[in-house]
Formats: sequence, C-alpha cells, structure tokens
Amino acid sequence: MAKLSIEDLKKIKESVQASVNLREGGYRAKVNIHMGTCGIASGARGLMTAVMNEIEKGDIKDVIVTTSGCAGLCSREPMITVELLGDAPVKYIDLTPEKMREIFSEHVLGGKVLEKYALAVGSETTF
Amino acid sequence: MAMKVFRSHLLMCAGTACVSCGTFRVRERLEKELKDRGLDEEVKVVITGCNGFCAEGPIMVVYPEGIFYGQLKPEDMPLIVEEHILKGRPVPKLFYKEPVKKEVIPLLKDIPFFGLQVLRVLRNRGLIDPENIDEYIAKDGYVALHKAVTQMTPEQIIAEMKESGLRGRGGAGFPTGDKWEEAGKYKRFPKYVICNGDEGDPGAFMDRSVLEADPHAVLEGMTICAKSIAANEGYLYVRAEYPLAIKRLNQAIEQARSYGLLGKDIFGTGFEFDAYVYPGAGAFVCGESTALMFSLEGKRGMPRAKPPRSAEAGLWGQPTVLNNVETFANVPRIILNGAKWFNSLGTEKSKGTKVFSLAGSVNNIGLVEVPMGITLRSIVFDIGEGIKNRKKFKAAQLGGPSGGFVPEHLLDTPVDYESLEATGAIMGSGGIVICDESTCMVDSARFFTNFCVEESCGKCVPCRIGLTVMLHKLEGIVGGKGQEGDVEFLEDLGRHIVRMSHCGLGQSAPNPVLSSIRHFRHEYDQHIKDKHCSSLVCTPLIRFEVNPEKCKMCGLCLKACPSDAVTWEKKQPAKINQELCTKCKSCIRACKFWAIE
Repeated sequence: MAKLSIEDLKKIKESVQASVNLREGGYRAKVNIHMGTCGIASGARGLMTAVMNEIEKGDIKDVIVTTSGCAGLCSREPMITVELLGDAPVKYIDLTPEKMREIFSEHVLGGKVLEKYALAVGSETTF
Repeated sequence: MAMKVFRSHLLMCAGTACVSCGTFRVRERLEKELKDRGLDEEVKVVITGCNGFCAEGPIMVVYPEGIFYGQLKPEDMPLIVEEHILKGRPVPKLFYKEPVKKEVIPLLKDIPFFGLQVLRVLRNRGLIDPENIDEYIAKDGYVALHKAVTQMTPEQIIAEMKESGLRGRGGAGFPTGDKWEEAGKYKRFPKYVICNGDEGDPGAFMDRSVLEADPHAVLEGMTICAKSIAANEGYLYVRAEYPLAIKRLNQAIEQARSYGLLGKDIFGTGFEFDAYVYPGAGAFVCGESTALMFSLEGKRGMPRAKPPRSAEAGLWGQPTVLNNVETFANVPRIILNGAKWFNSLGTEKSKGTKVFSLAGSVNNIGLVEVPMGITLRSIVFDIGEGIKNRKKFKAAQLGGPSGGFVPEHLLDTPVDYESLEATGAIMGSGGIVICDESTCMVDSARFFTNFCVEESCGKCVPCRIGLTVMLHKLEGIVGGKGQEGDVEFLEDLGRHIVRMSHCGLGQSAPNPVLSSIRHFRHEYDQHIKDKHCSSLVCTPLIRFEVNPEKCKMCGLCLKACPSDAVTWEKKQPAKINQELCTKCKSCIRACKFWAIE
C-alpha cells in the first residue's frame, strides 16, 4: 500500500468507526428484534437480514441492532422495538421484511413514528 | 471502503492468561456454533489483547450490550449462542459473581474491578483487535504521530513531554522529557530509541499485557520519541518468554510499514524511522539499561559504570533513549491531548496513571490502571475486592525483588513514587503481590533474595557475595538455626550492599529483607527465639501437633494425610504420630481452624 496521509488515516478511522462505536455505546438508534422461538418461527430472521442490508447499503454508523426474547405477544410476531436515543421506545407488530425497510427509513432514519404498524409507544424498555 | 456490518461483536480476550485457560478452544466452539446457526454473517468474533481481569479468564464481552462472561468453557458456547446471541436473552448463570457479596453483575461497566479504573495506557485493551492496525487507527491511532512529525518541532515535542510530568514507568521514575532532551542535545548520529520490554519481576505482567493488547501505541510512542531526538532506528527488547507479545509486535511493525507509518519518508515529511524486535534471553539483569544495550550488541549482559549516561553514549556508544513499554504507550495521548490533559491526574510529583499487575492472594487477579495518588487500600480492597478465601491481609509486595513489603497500617499510603519509597517499598514497574496471613515474611524475603542471587551478574562483589551471605543467613533462620544478632547482621550487610553495589539490581536487592525486617521484625524474632513460624510455612519450625483447644474434630486432616500419621475418631481431637509424619503439610492445608501448630 502507498504511503498514508492524514486523510487516509481519517478514511480508515471512519470506515472502522461503526464497529468501534458499537463497543462503546455510541449510537443514536437501537433496533431491537424480538427473537424468541415465536419470533423466529414467524420470520424474525427475515427482518434481521433486511435491517442488516439497509445498514450496510446506507453505510449507517449510528444504529445498532440487538435481539431480545419473546415480548409476550406471540400472536403478533414478528415484532421489533425501535428506540431513538432520548425518545420513548416504539413497538411494531406483524412485520414483514418490506414493512421493516419502511420503518427503517421512516422511523429509524427519519425520526417519524409509523403509526400504521405500531403497537404502542413507551411501553416497557428492554435491556 | 465500507466495512461489513455486524450487529454484534463478541470480544474474546486472548492475553496470555486467558489463552492458557483455553480461550482458543472456546473460540473454536463458538465459531462452530455461530456457523451452524447461520449467525456468522451477522455476528463478529474479535480476538483482543488482555482485558485485564485475568482471574476470570477465559473472558468474552458481548457488545452492544456490554455483557461480561467469565470463566468460560467450550460447553457453555451452545447456550450463549442459542440464548443470548440468537434470542437476546443474556445467560445469568455465566455472569460474573462478585466475590464478597456474591452479587451477580451482568454488565462490564458495573463490575467494580473495571469501574474504579482510569484507562489511558490500557484504553484499547479488550476493545480493539491488536492484530489489526485499522482498529487502532479508528481509535485515533497515529494521529499523534502525524501531529508530531508535521506540526511540531523536536523542541516542542520535548517541551510538551517535560510539561506533562511523565516519569519513567520502569520503576526509577526519571522524568521522560529530561531524558529525551539530553539525548536530543548530542549531535552524533546515528541515534537509537529502545523500548525495554524485559519484564523480569516475579508476578509482574504489565508490559506483556500492553504489548499484547495495543502494540501500535508503543510503536507510535517510540516513533514520536525518535522524531524528537532525530533517531532513525529503534529496538524493542522483549523477553523471549513472551512469544505472543513478540508475534503481535512483529505483525504490528509489518502493518505499520505497509502503511508507511514506519520506514522512509513518514507522512511525506522525509522523516525516517524503523523498529525491530529483539528477543531477550531471559536474564533479569538485562532489564538494567546498560546491560540491556550490551545484550543488544551481542555481548554478555552486564551493567557498566555511569556516567556517561545512555542518552550520551548508549547502544554502540551512540546517544540512545531507553524507556519502558508503559512510558512509550503514554506518549501518543500526551502529544494528542496535551500536557495539561495528562497532568490533570495524579499527585504533585507523580502525574497521570500507573498500570499495576495485581497478583497473589487477592480475589481479583488482573491488570489494573489507576490514577496516581489512589491509596493502596483502594487497589487491594476495592478493585481487588479483598483477600481470597476470607483470609486476612498481611502485606502488599511492590516492585518485585527490588521492592519491599507494605504492611496493613500503611495501606492508606497514596500511590506515587515518593510516598511509596518512604514506606520502604518502591513503585517499581508495577507488580503488586498480595500476601495473606498464611505467608511467612521471612520465607518471602528468602525467596526474593534467592531470586537475586540467581540473577546477579557477578560483576561486583557486594551483590555477588553479599547477597549469597544474606541468603545463607536467611536459610539458617527459616531452617531453625537462627541466632541472636542475625537480624542486626542482615540489616548491616543489607545497607552495605545497597550503598556499594554497582547497578540497580544490587542496590535494590536487599530491599525485601530490609523492609520485611522493618515492618515484620516480630516474625524474625519468633523464628529465631521461639523457633516457631506462626504462618506455618517454614517446615523445620512446625511441631506438627494438634492443638486440642482449636481442633473442631472434623477429621479433615485424617483424610488429607497421605502417610496414615493422623489418628482421629468422632468427637475426639486428632493426633499426629510423629514417627509416621513426613511433614508434607497436607494436614495444615486441609485444616480450616489453624489447629495444627
């Protein structure tokens, strides 16, 4: 590789930043996918793939994805909880990968709660 | 060059301590489990340097949650993957359990061992992959070097270092800025920069952990130093017993070279510097700067008389700066954040933080970094969380064979160079070994003296012969042949050796004996006059008799005895048959009530 300049250092830093942020709690939004047995059975895995694709495609660095167990409302799985830093968490139900993408661009990136898919705002927080 | 995105990072500690507990077997199983469940594309396993909490190894921290799992076994992996990684339910039974209150603590940041530390030198430990330069760069790596070579003159670098108040972390505490300034003054070329990684104190592992966890920080520090004194070549003298540190350093050097951060024309400024690793052959004396340089030159490692100091005539007679691993690891942050940031922590004469390796009879064995000025008590009881097996604290041994013992009543001594020296111990390179009530101070002093006799290079008489005479005296005392006047003799001889030895090894070798006499004189008297060792360590001074008043008649000694010397019946105190007893001390280890004397 050619000699590095300070710009190259910055570029490397930015490209790795997302990883390191993840380990330091430096994030703006958290997408929590409920992956209990019920969630997985009704397709939570597809949501996960969709979110990861979106993040990778958009080169997004300030969103983290976590999983959690069954939220208790198994009949409405797959579910996710979206939490923007400082805002109350929002639960979405009966999702598909398409809906997931919509939520991602509208709510996670745009900051606008998508009421048509939402179950409730400000319910219990997860870990 | 966008990086692949992972939703979760599993950081596995691969410091030497965790590796020896089986990190790689755990990792193999973990990776297999992840693959079997198709999670390997969304979850990343990162191998890091020493996390610091060696007592809990093998360790894995799961991010983004920051859940800490310790003492892992390969069999635990299916459970963690199934429950935590897949379903997001952390596994409480594998959480860290606080040893005193037995509380379960899931989050890394809530564990007192981590919470009370201030990480500067170790800021990247357990957080980045030491084998990947990009991760170091993501943590502002090499930005300080850029600043130093493009925006600062050598004088400015040295002024910043002097203002920071950083003192040599190898133990002597010589101001780093002054050393660089002196080496910069001489206009004879080539000059050299040497990193001393010949960590030889028993129980010390700071340098190893820094090299394993963050090798680039040390390289960056060395390169900045080279710029300030106009050196073009550097050596890292690392003991050969640290294969992992050497491997990671060599990788780091290769990566830095490929990025042009080492070699010719760094950052296009025309400045040239390259570094090489030199494995030491394991002589304790080679940690002494002049002996180390002779060893580097391929000669026998023996100290020489100073002056001239190494800054004037060091390696191959050329001006040389030699600093400890931890000293160099401090440099990049000082250049980047400024001297004021650095010296905002610490005491009047000791600035910044210090890394200690905590070992011995303490609950939380590991690597800790604390601000200068914290008390020893806080290190032992808050971070270390007290003594193992509910035993009593007896002494903290600081500074290895050159150091001394700090007894209980001096535990509130603040950690800085001067205060520690006043107790008879030294800051040293940072090894702290905790002794509990079952440690015999006389025997410990004998152990360290024996170490120094073995490691003395033999060049000067006080060290070579004086220490041997001290050792024989101590062996007499622990063997039951101590006489009135022995203690005074040891003190007298010890002071002579300190005054007359040639190098730091001899000048400090009597310290363990002198400080143990100073603080634990009663144990010496007990050994000599009463022919008794109350810690039950010195076998010739133990009677191997059961004290019927203390005996709880539990029969554990009977089970432990390998030579059928113990007779015991229910509700009767045990008895030891002296003819059959082989003095193996199995019964003493088994007895929970100190009933065998």
